[in-house]
Amino acid sequence: MSGIEIEGLNVWFGEYEERVDAVKGANLSVPKGGSFGLVGESGSGKSTILRAIMGLAPTWSGKIEILDKPVENPRGRDFYRAVQMVFQDPYASLHPRHSVDQVLSETLSLHGFTDIDKRISKLLDDVGLGPSFRFRYPHQLSGGQRQRVAIARALAPEPQILLLDEPTSALDVSVQAEILNLLTDLRAEHKLTYLMVSHDLAVVGHICQDIAVMQVGEIVETLGVEDMRAMRTKHPYTKHLLESSLQSAAG
Amino acid sequence: MSKLLEVENLWVKFPTRTGVFDAVRGVSFSLGQERLGIVGESGSGKSMTGRAILRLIRPPGMVTADKMELEGVDLLGRSEREMRKVRGQQISMIMQDPKFSLNPVMRVGAQIMEAYRLHAKVSKKEAKLKTIAMLEAVAIRDPERVYRMYPHEVSGGMGQRIMIAMMLIPDPKIMIADEPTSALDVSVQMQVLEIMDKLVTDRGMGLIFISHDLNLVSSFCDRVLIMYAGRVVETLQADKLHEAEHPYTRGLLNSLPRLDAPKDRLDVLKRDPAWATDESVSG
Repeated sequence: MSGIEIEGLNVWFGEYEERVDAVKGANLSVPKGGSFGLVGESGSGKSTILRAIMGLAPTWSGKIEILDKPVENPRGRDFYRAVQMVFQDPYASLHPRHSVDQVLSETLSLHGFTDIDKRISKLLDDVGLGPSFRFRYPHQLSGGQRQRVAIARALAPEPQILLLDEPTSALDVSVQAEILNLLTDLRAEHKLTYLMVSHDLAVVGHICQDIAVMQVGEIVETLGVEDMRAMRTKHPYTKHLLESSLQSAAG
Repeated sequence: MSKLLEVENLWVKFPTRTGVFDAVRGVSFSLGQERLGIVGESGSGKSMTGRAILRLIRPPGMVTADKMELEGVDLLGRSEREMRKVRGQQISMIMQDPKFSLNPVMRVGAQIMEAYRLHAKVSKKEAKLKTIAMLEAVAIRDPERVYRMYPHEVSGGMGQRIMIAMMLIPDPKIMIADEPTSALDVSVQMQVLEIMDKLVTDRGMGLIFISHDLNLVSSFCDRVLIMYAGRVVETLQADKLHEAEHPYTRGLLNSLPRLDAPKDRLDVLKRDPAWATDESVSG
């Protein structure tokens, strides 16, 4: 069974002379329970693919299938129950005047759950926060704790697929390790499917089994993580990316 | 080696409702004609150290030090007016994000020229020639065209190179680079660093490179100060980074995922409260 199946996806913004093709003919497929990474520079269209899946990019064409079913337009409640997204910047993606409890209970009641109280405690436990964080506001949390809340919110409707848009790039390396470990644990525990976007090859290599490299809107190469580690790449751009990331890591 | 900058027992304090918060606690270091890296997490006081040297911390923030001297001349006692002569001309600073540090309604060339003419008495024509030469020095193709562009028309990497050009044109003795490449892509990052490195070495300047990226700093600098909770926990020769002894430095190094050495779980930094209270190490 496939988790996410994308064929010939085009996403564009603007019309006529102002038209910008952000994604051109992208193909990718993520098996259920798999984890897939998208890497590339800023502006290469990797986040746009995630936004197109979520229904946040209005103009697209091609085929998007989630759990073997083509997506509806607009996306329905069932879709959002199956697919959730974690955004890049935890400082921007939480409502500053809603407490953690409000954030989570809103999501839960929107999805029709009734045992909200019990579920909130469970969710906070899952992301390693504990009950003392339940009535705090975002400004009372550190960056890593906020990202944990954002992950808890994404997990609230019990999704099968999580889309992760640079989940650790706004965090310190020491906190990044905690969040990456959390994501690994959650995937094993809830049998989640991940589609992750990052510019950091080492992070993608740590989380994902398959990696697609994007350049100016096109997927130039898809390769497995073992191939990537062994530098078995075909496309010169992938090689260039790998070399610059190894160079900065080798010291 | 002659010392360009000497800092002894530098403190930066901010009064808050719950008492005085010490952002920098007793930091001492000296800088010659070398590349000194300052690394730490957010909130470790690394940017505050950089700002304190330029006296950019405004009241109610307080800066005290036993000694803060630029080539043997005291910096702390100077008036604002005298400080303005130091900033740019003797010590310049590159900020994190070119989008916020370039003037959006002024053409690139005019901004660089302004920086130059404030410090050097030259005609407009000479200043323009020098500006274009400087843009060429930071590897901008077609400098005449970029000279006439507005900041929103250039990419992030080019914006940061323009910032470098602007900061180097008064020929300062010390450059402070505060996360100069964190807003850039990996592939552009190396390019900007190479340009900066070449210019700093050619001119015999001292560089203070502030970053959260341990590996980047170790590949780029001669010496590294590692800061935690406002104090320096360890100083190292950059090439000996992997022999670091302090548990904090080790923890930071181990928490990075690595392409060449995969593992199932990443090590998580365990913080020891003693790290925050120990005496600062001098570098």
